[in-house]
Amino acid sequence: MKKTIDRSNENRSLGDLGPMLTRVGGIVAAIGILATLAIAFTSDHGTERFFKSYTTNFAYFLSLSLGGIFFVVIQHLTSATWSVVVRRIAEAIAANMLLLLGLFIPIAFGMDIIYHHWTDPHAASDPVLAAKLGYLNKPFFLIRWGLYFLIWVVLSRFFHGQSVKQDTTGDIDHTLRMQKWSAPAIVLFALTTTFAAFDLIMSLNPHWYSTILGVYYFAGCALSAFALIAMSSMWLQAKGRITESVTTEHYHDLGKLCFAFTIFWAYIGFSQFMLIWYANIPEETEWYLHRITGSWLPFSWGILIAHFVVPFLFFISRIPKRSRAFFRFGAVYILIIHWCDMYWVTMPEWYTDGIHFNLMDITLFLAMGGLFLVGMARRLGKASLVPEKDPRLEGSLAFENY
Amino acid sequence: MSAERKTSLWGYLIEFETVDQLIHAAEKVRDAGFDKWDAHTPFPVHGLDKAMGVKRTILPYLVFVGGFTGLIVAIVMQWWMNAYDYPYIISGKPFWSIPANFPIMFELTVLFSAFATFFGMLGFNQLPELYHPLFSAERFRRATSDRFFISIEAKDPKFHAEKTKSFADTLGGAPALAVEEEDE
Repeated sequence: MKKTIDRSNENRSLGDLGPMLTRVGGIVAAIGILATLAIAFTSDHGTERFFKSYTTNFAYFLSLSLGGIFFVVIQHLTSATWSVVVRRIAEAIAANMLLLLGLFIPIAFGMDIIYHHWTDPHAASDPVLAAKLGYLNKPFFLIRWGLYFLIWVVLSRFFHGQSVKQDTTGDIDHTLRMQKWSAPAIVLFALTTTFAAFDLIMSLNPHWYSTILGVYYFAGCALSAFALIAMSSMWLQAKGRITESVTTEHYHDLGKLCFAFTIFWAYIGFSQFMLIWYANIPEETEWYLHRITGSWLPFSWGILIAHFVVPFLFFISRIPKRSRAFFRFGAVYILIIHWCDMYWVTMPEWYTDGIHFNLMDITLFLAMGGLFLVGMARRLGKASLVPEKDPRLEGSLAFENY
Repeated sequence: MSAERKTSLWGYLIEFETVDQLIHAAEKVRDAGFDKWDAHTPFPVHGLDKAMGVKRTILPYLVFVGGFTGLIVAIVMQWWMNAYDYPYIISGKPFWSIPANFPIMFELTVLFSAFATFFGMLGFNQLPELYHPLFSAERFRRATSDRFFISIEAKDPKFHAEKTKSFADTLGGAPALAVEEEDE
């Protein structure tokens, strides 16, 4: 008994929503950029603070696109059927890598402020840092980021490009080619994400090291990407697009992934904490010491509760996973709380005495978020919102959770 | 057959050759309002639950209770062992240090959830059941191979020896087979 879906009257192109999103995204980005510049140049230590807020927000938006790559690649790797109807959205999220490459440039210019611990010439006289300077030095740092972006841009364009080509040719070779390359792609993704997390976040405190930090960052990447895919799909459906293709069953599975990665995030976060807590070695505990100092202590507790306990209890039942009203709220919540998590892993390294909130934390979010939206809209507008001739599309449409 | 034993009607067994026949028949039996009946297939058939009108299982709630019990047991056990009954300094940590107890809390939550799932599933399905009257029907053996069956029990309040027989014959399968049950 196969479920049949009538898609004859369905609108599967972004159409006039594209220019609308580009306009809205552009306006939000412009407001964000202007406000940021105004604050950065008028307040005391404004430029210094700019780079810190910038790093936090860059880590956030990079994680969304990395999560997008992960989603696309893992679907091909596992020959997944259920996810075909939402894969285009993930491809569009992943495709913002080129934008993120552009957004990386300010970090390259702000290294002396962001990574002052090891860019400072005095670092050579610190025995611990001296031993690490072969890795932590400006040229090698930039070479590594060039390599990461090369891999990410190629991956995101390859999987999106092949899938779009298949829309016209209907050739199964595209699927087989993506399947074949998904295996090396996932290895490259794992390595680059891990080292990017080391470079972007761990090197803020170059004395500290935690081999699991890359996995921690990855958990947030995947979780927030699932939430963004679900949210984008629900928004498109509310605007009369892909109304038949994406069903409650697909949201149910995205909800399961949100639930699973909420637990995974907590598992990894706690694994990192417990080993450091137990071993009690000063250069390792310092990282947590910063996060239990002053107003960071309630913030840390807040992250634990709001990033694990609340979404855990929220997503445990099948009701919110299958109800769009609930899930929309849950997806937005995850996207917000993941931003707080990025704030928590970066900010305490510069402000060790407590939270120092600055308006630029928000204006930069608007600036990058607006650009991110424009990038997504442009990519989604280029092809159908659903991979039209994917050999697994029929199975995905008929998908049901038994 | 050596000793004569009294038997009575246990119910009817109807055999089908295809999944579609089974699903349509199941919908009819469901709509006729029967309660004590079942479908037997050699493999899981998608959509059969719906056709049979099977309600969602309450097993997940049992699992939640099981997991929560595991969590509480782990906390109390570790507090009693390490902080109360036999206080012992380990690695300079306080007697009662929650982070060290987390792994056990996690493990017992998982363990108790798994127990609740496994034994709950067995319990709700009334398993293990070593003998079933249907085993006496020779044809029923094909339920594990290439045939689909519906059985309607005589215990069902709507059951009527003749009426149900003629109803069963309208389901689109083979003529209903009467299954006998030995009296206690």
